[in-house]
Amino acid sequence: MSLAKSPWIIHVNCNSCNGCDIEVVACLTPLYDAERFGLLNIGTPKQADIMVVTGSVNYKSVNVLKNIYNQIPDPKVVLAVGACASTGGIFHDCYNVIGGVDQIIPVDAYVPGCCPKPEAIIDGVVAALSILENKKKGNIRGKEVKLKGKEVASNA
Amino acid sequence: MTTIIPFGPQHPVLPEPVSLKLEIDNDVVVGVLPSLGYVHRGLEKFIDTKDYNQTLYICERICGICSALHGVTYARAVEKLFDVEVPERAQYLRVIWGELNRIHSHLLWLGLFADGFGFESLFYECWKYRESVLDIMEMTVGNRVIHSMAKVGGTSKDLSKEHIDLILKTLDTLEPKIKDIEKVFVNNYTVKKRLVGLATMSKQLAYEAGTAGPTLRGSGNAIDVRETEDWDIYRDLDFKPVVEKDGDCYARTKVRIGELYESIKLVRNAISKLPNGEIAVPIKGSPTGEAIMRCEMPRGEVVYYVKGKGTKNLERLKIRTPTFANIPSLLLTLPGAKLADVPIIVLTIDPCISCTER
Repeated sequence: MSLAKSPWIIHVNCNSCNGCDIEVVACLTPLYDAERFGLLNIGTPKQADIMVVTGSVNYKSVNVLKNIYNQIPDPKVVLAVGACASTGGIFHDCYNVIGGVDQIIPVDAYVPGCCPKPEAIIDGVVAALSILENKKKGNIRGKEVKLKGKEVASNA
Repeated sequence: MTTIIPFGPQHPVLPEPVSLKLEIDNDVVVGVLPSLGYVHRGLEKFIDTKDYNQTLYICERICGICSALHGVTYARAVEKLFDVEVPERAQYLRVIWGELNRIHSHLLWLGLFADGFGFESLFYECWKYRESVLDIMEMTVGNRVIHSMAKVGGTSKDLSKEHIDLILKTLDTLEPKIKDIEKVFVNNYTVKKRLVGLATMSKQLAYEAGTAGPTLRGSGNAIDVRETEDWDIYRDLDFKPVVEKDGDCYARTKVRIGELYESIKLVRNAISKLPNGEIAVPIKGSPTGEAIMRCEMPRGEVVYYVKGKGTKNLERLKIRTPTFANIPSLLLTLPGAKLADVPIIVLTIDPCISCTER
């Protein structure tokens, strides 16, 4: 149970309008206080367990997203927060938008809404915790996502 | 011998992806190369397929922090095309929600800024007080962040008696709290040590670099679109721009704190003068011609250009956002700064990358 009691999250802004991002940060501040679940926002992917992604994916941020995903150690859980991260949202038709995050990396839980309220985000994180615990028991590993060519180094 | 250090796109201090390649010589920055495009969605092209009412919702989602004023500015630009007069009550309502939006945005920035120089308890303090403004928003317009209260021709929501009581009560409790955090930002020894004299821009330089908003006013230029633009409401509300002379990070912080008080005053004055009547006029037909509209966002001046061609959808929408104007000032102030000060200097222009790249 130790992992689910102190999961550390990394917040990745991937082509988001800031709306979901400030709500993710608001979860960690005193009114909602996600830290009571042991959650800690951490800057580096190498120490993170839960990846919170906001916003759809575009052609420039796609390699950043893959790179961060590959750097998180197993077991790991991906939480897509907001309409854009889930499906592309109202921007799904834009020429520079590929779509939801699940087109690039495997997503375990979705939080709908534009923007979702902090209560909904915390609910999503708590749902992600049980998935994380199951992954640990079953020794399920995330697949490495292949990156394309030389863009990797410059965007890392 | 210089070293290149990448700052971003994923960085703990930055809530948004922007990449700066810093050329470092012995811990001192000698060159900066910004790289943008991580949040580019292509919204100005996207509006081709939407009619002018749907475009409003896209404009509101350009940025989640200043979404209310993006919507208001777009609505005012299209109203200029139609040449309609918006009811006076709607104009006052737009000012009330717009200024509440500015209060929440500045408190958010103060918190992130405090986090940027490692003052975590101050960060939590600012965000705690910000929640009271978001509660007003949730009660009056139904959503915390994307407000959707503007519409072409007026506003889509109205304030009831209970709403006005709630707003006044919240502002009365919020003002002394802001005085408390102001004391820390202005007097604290550690904060002053980090901010005073950092990234100084003279009055002339800030003007010539084309900066906008608190970055411009922090250097002694009394330029505020709320005062200069032809939007009569603000003149009735006894508005004065907040200006500081020093032009460093400390002065820019003081400008934003001063604007919190100014916004609270504007909301109170607007509520006391709020006229009765309609909140929207019906608009028929399709927009033709072109119009430019300016507005003072929390981060500075935004310019909307709209062009109609006689169909339901606009032919062209062009937006110049304040952060786009402020990024060149980073290229002037970052060289010569220490690497450890880079996050503070970047945060001090209040970067909103999703506005800039759209």
